[in-house]
Amino acid sequence: MQRTASDPRITAGIIALAAIALLIGGAFAGLLFEGAHDFSGAWAAFDPYLLRVIRFTLWQAALSTLLSVIPALFVARALSRHPRFFGRGLILQIFAVPLALPAIVAALGILALYGRAGYFAGVLAVIGGGSWPGIYGLSGILIAHVFFNLPLATRLFLEALQTIPADQWRLASQLGMAARPAFRLIEWPTLRAALPGVAGLVFMLCITSFTIVLTLGGGPAATTLEVGIYQALRFDFDPARAVTLTLLQIALTFIVVLALTRLGANVVGDTNLPVAQRRYLSVGGRETWLNAVLILLALLFVVGPMAATVMAGLGADLGRLASEATVRQATLTSAALAFLSALISVMLSLALTMARRALALNRSAGAKTLLERAADTGAGFVLVVPPIVVGAGWFLLLRHVGDVFAIAPGMVVTVNAVMAMPFALRAVRPAYDAASERHERLCAQLGIAGWNRLMLVDWPSLRRPLATAFAFAMALSLGDLGVIALFGSDSVQTLPYLLLARMGSYRTEDAAGLALLLGVVCLALIVAANWLGREKVRDA
Amino acid sequence: MRTLLYAFVSAMTVVLSGPALAKDKLTVYTYESFTADWGPGPVVKKAFEAECGCDVDFVSVADGVALLNRVRLEGASTKADIVLGLDTNLTADAKASGLFAPHGGVTDVNVPGGWSDDTFVPFDYGYFAVVYDTEKLKNPPKSLKELVEGSADGKIVIQDPRTSTPGLGLLLWVKSVYGDKAPEAWAKLKGKVLTVTPGWSEAYGLFTKGEAPMVLSYTTSPAYHMVAENTERYQAASFEEGEYLQIEVAGITTTGAKNPLAAKFIAFMTGPKFQDAIPETNWMFPAGKTDKPLNPAFDKLVKPTKTLLFSPEEVAANRKAWVDEWLAVMSK
Repeated sequence: MQRTASDPRITAGIIALAAIALLIGGAFAGLLFEGAHDFSGAWAAFDPYLLRVIRFTLWQAALSTLLSVIPALFVARALSRHPRFFGRGLILQIFAVPLALPAIVAALGILALYGRAGYFAGVLAVIGGGSWPGIYGLSGILIAHVFFNLPLATRLFLEALQTIPADQWRLASQLGMAARPAFRLIEWPTLRAALPGVAGLVFMLCITSFTIVLTLGGGPAATTLEVGIYQALRFDFDPARAVTLTLLQIALTFIVVLALTRLGANVVGDTNLPVAQRRYLSVGGRETWLNAVLILLALLFVVGPMAATVMAGLGADLGRLASEATVRQATLTSAALAFLSALISVMLSLALTMARRALALNRSAGAKTLLERAADTGAGFVLVVPPIVVGAGWFLLLRHVGDVFAIAPGMVVTVNAVMAMPFALRAVRPAYDAASERHERLCAQLGIAGWNRLMLVDWPSLRRPLATAFAFAMALSLGDLGVIALFGSDSVQTLPYLLLARMGSYRTEDAAGLALLLGVVCLALIVAANWLGREKVRDA
Repeated sequence: MRTLLYAFVSAMTVVLSGPALAKDKLTVYTYESFTADWGPGPVVKKAFEAECGCDVDFVSVADGVALLNRVRLEGASTKADIVLGLDTNLTADAKASGLFAPHGGVTDVNVPGGWSDDTFVPFDYGYFAVVYDTEKLKNPPKSLKELVEGSADGKIVIQDPRTSTPGLGLLLWVKSVYGDKAPEAWAKLKGKVLTVTPGWSEAYGLFTKGEAPMVLSYTTSPAYHMVAENTERYQAASFEEGEYLQIEVAGITTTGAKNPLAAKFIAFMTGPKFQDAIPETNWMFPAGKTDKPLNPAFDKLVKPTKTLLFSPEEVAANRKAWVDEWLAVMSK
């Protein structure tokens, strides 16, 4: 078709893909150029220990994904069944905060509850008989991963559920459909379409887990490939081995994500413009109770460790911390870098979503093209490329060109933006695809395209999901420690960087105070993003 | 001729960049806690700037290992004149990178076992030690053997030698005491290890949160709690076999070899104006001349009966094999 060749959406997607490919490819090139003379370390990495590491990495990631995603399906459904109740908005916003917490802060928060010296240690000791051994080992890793990922998956599923056209609910209501058939016929197909993407995302986050796995794992039997990559670059300075292990990590993830796509389904969206404006939902009394319990349990699980973090933070000398110039500077730096990363991240994900949709529409039938696949799941694989690899690679490339320090903030923003893109993508895609299903023909008939279409047609239905995407991307960048660990210096300090520095010089109380500050900054930014993205209230 | 050229280039720089850069500049790469507000950095900067009439520019990264990597990543084009904060486990690798120049002789260096390296100069030292919580542990182990073979009630948090300097320190400590029997010792110790963290911060965080009564840290850790927090709750255990030594060093880079201020800074570093700041800001022992006596809290610290240390060459040659040996036992 003539029209499609010049579809600006595809061009935007190609530009986004090229930028991502350049970032990752450049890093690999830098590392390989440096490490090309010596591949012995790379081959030596393949030993029996590596097999055990791979087995454990996949096992813990698979379990963590199951335990995060399955409960999230039901929590998201419960939340979508009750679109209005007191505190619902706040719950959703709190659900994005764990992503901004550095792993060690979350681990300490979790241990404050379930650890050997935790609040529940006494009760758990009585139940178990004898002294409570703590949660070190697989159980600790799983609890921490679910803490991070259950809220994330819930939000993303909820985002998908909210794309169900109001007309379907009206019809269901007119037909007197009960909760069970409504789930099977209306909610499940939508959830199933989102399932592979969300599960894949959670899986990728767990497969690359590092601090959590080492700290709560109880010993080097619990190790992920990421630890090997980190070790290769840090102590051994063996770029060839780092690249080899990273490629292995990508290959393993690829196989799993491929298997996950089989779980999915394509939903046939609603091509009509929505007539109904309000949700026609009647939820029975028993179901209401069940949903309330479900939401409350999830909330307690997520809020518990956060409350422990807040309590610890309140013990710090907050007044002095707030008056320190370093802390103020770091807060500003963090907010600025996270804001920019989130902005770029959302633009990247929007470009990819639009391109994928346009490409899917153009292909009448048959196999997806490589470009569509790349825009679809391919770009998501950046998540399993450790930031330290990207950072080190670019460092090696750029040192020949100019001052690496000068570009440090740019590097932090770019790498974080790309790393957060897969999150933003999951938040934006269901809404965009649903909107496109409704508006595509109308736009074609009226000849609305490009910028006008984006602003007039897509923007109203994208506002809210874009705000969600922005909030997630920002939380993720705010909590980053991978990129900043390499590029951070006394001229570029973020809150997590400062937090770790304080922890590293006996100032545990300061660190706890900074964790609280980080959480507050994160929540404030998320509330602001949601406020800006709020839907205009219209009456039917 | 080169001096003339250098003078010309410097003059041009001065002319072109105006009065802001009129002074000579010394760039020092170091680790974060050195330049922090409470670290030795601010004191040292002020004192040296007054002495040389120059500008000192500190650039800090997370820790000693990151420091070496930063210099390796930047290669010969590094801006660093001085790299301050490596330890003797890293110096062999650092020398092999070819990015460091000989210091040309130093005096006043005072570290246990003496010092003869021609490239790196020590600025402080400390000993690894098992630090314990006196409220939780009434009878701390009196030797490494007792720690390894004692009852499994008192758990310890240690660090991973693949990612952390103290973790590597404990590995070398056990190796220097047990030699070829190290794997057997680790197999016994394994039952007492609560968890193995990626770095010192995580381990010390778990320890102070009360998750374990023991942690691998430094003999000087109690000094921080005594001086800054006024508590004697956390103490280091003294081991019969002795404690493993960590010496922190600085070196002049190939870039710094062209800057006359670099050699001046190294001489300044071993003198009292630098060394007096070390104990209560970096929580290590001074490795040079001091004017002020040590804070009395330091007199209460464990004094090792024997100092254990492998040479940088031994560590560089065996580190990988020893870490693999550790891994084989600990990951079973």
